[in-house]
Amino acid sequence: MIYLTRKAEFSASHYYHNPQWNPEENLRVFGKCANLNGHGHNYTLEVTVAGEVDAVTGFVIDLKLLKDVLTRQVLDDFDHRNLNKEVSEFTAQVPTTENIAVAIWKRLATSLAPVQLHRVRLYEQPDLFVDYYGE
Amino acid sequence: MKVYLTRRYLFSSSHRLHNPLLTADANRETYGKCNNPHGHGHNYFLEVTVSGPIAPATGMLCDLAHLDAVVAREILDRFDHQNLNQLQEFSATVPTTENLAIQCQQILSRVALPAHLESIRIEETANNSFEFAGAQPLRR
Repeated sequence: MIYLTRKAEFSASHYYHNPQWNPEENLRVFGKCANLNGHGHNYTLEVTVAGEVDAVTGFVIDLKLLKDVLTRQVLDDFDHRNLNKEVSEFTAQVPTTENIAVAIWKRLATSLAPVQLHRVRLYEQPDLFVDYYGE
Repeated sequence: MKVYLTRRYLFSSSHRLHNPLLTADANRETYGKCNNPHGHGHNYFLEVTVSGPIAPATGMLCDLAHLDAVVAREILDRFDHQNLNQLQEFSATVPTTENLAIQCQQILSRVALPAHLESIRIEETANNSFEFAGAQPLRR
């Protein structure tokens, strides 16, 4: 088994808000992330796939294919968007880095056969990232 | 649904790699320029990884401000701008980054964190890093 990681970046805005809470509770839990006018990040996404090296091509996956899947499934919908208002997963859940990582996993998990998706790592900023292994 | 969240911190410390049980020659042989009697220092980047389920109401694994406060109190306040050799934590061990990583993991294991401590990683320089997860396997 060999592991290959592809990196991509997207920039998006978001805010943290639980509609079942009053404004004071949202502010208490989410702090400055609760500003309803939103703020943004340059997210760095690292997608790691696992598979065997093809004897003919020497590839575990065609990098162009992986890039196309990432672009179509994730970047086209997330880049330069307001995650709360424009990305379907976040109409009913808060677009935290944790939830975004899981949403990206779900978008990619079935699109990469014959290789397996091993890990989604999402950096919100250089000092904070989330890993999700589909567990 | 288990996620792993990693937060990165910085502290700067001095140290000297020297084992008093070894001769001066053996120390120089073993530790090279790190054995310089006057010490030297590093900017250590510490990564603390915590894990667990996402709370549905918040979308978060844990309160980051809480995690930051514990790491600041337990690690940064203890090691930042200190000479590691002078600290009680290294009274019986050489303050290599291996031992520093073990110390950080053990200190954080003993205190209440807002999520399960998975592992820690320390970069001594851009070229050297060390990871420690205690008794549990390191998730990669």
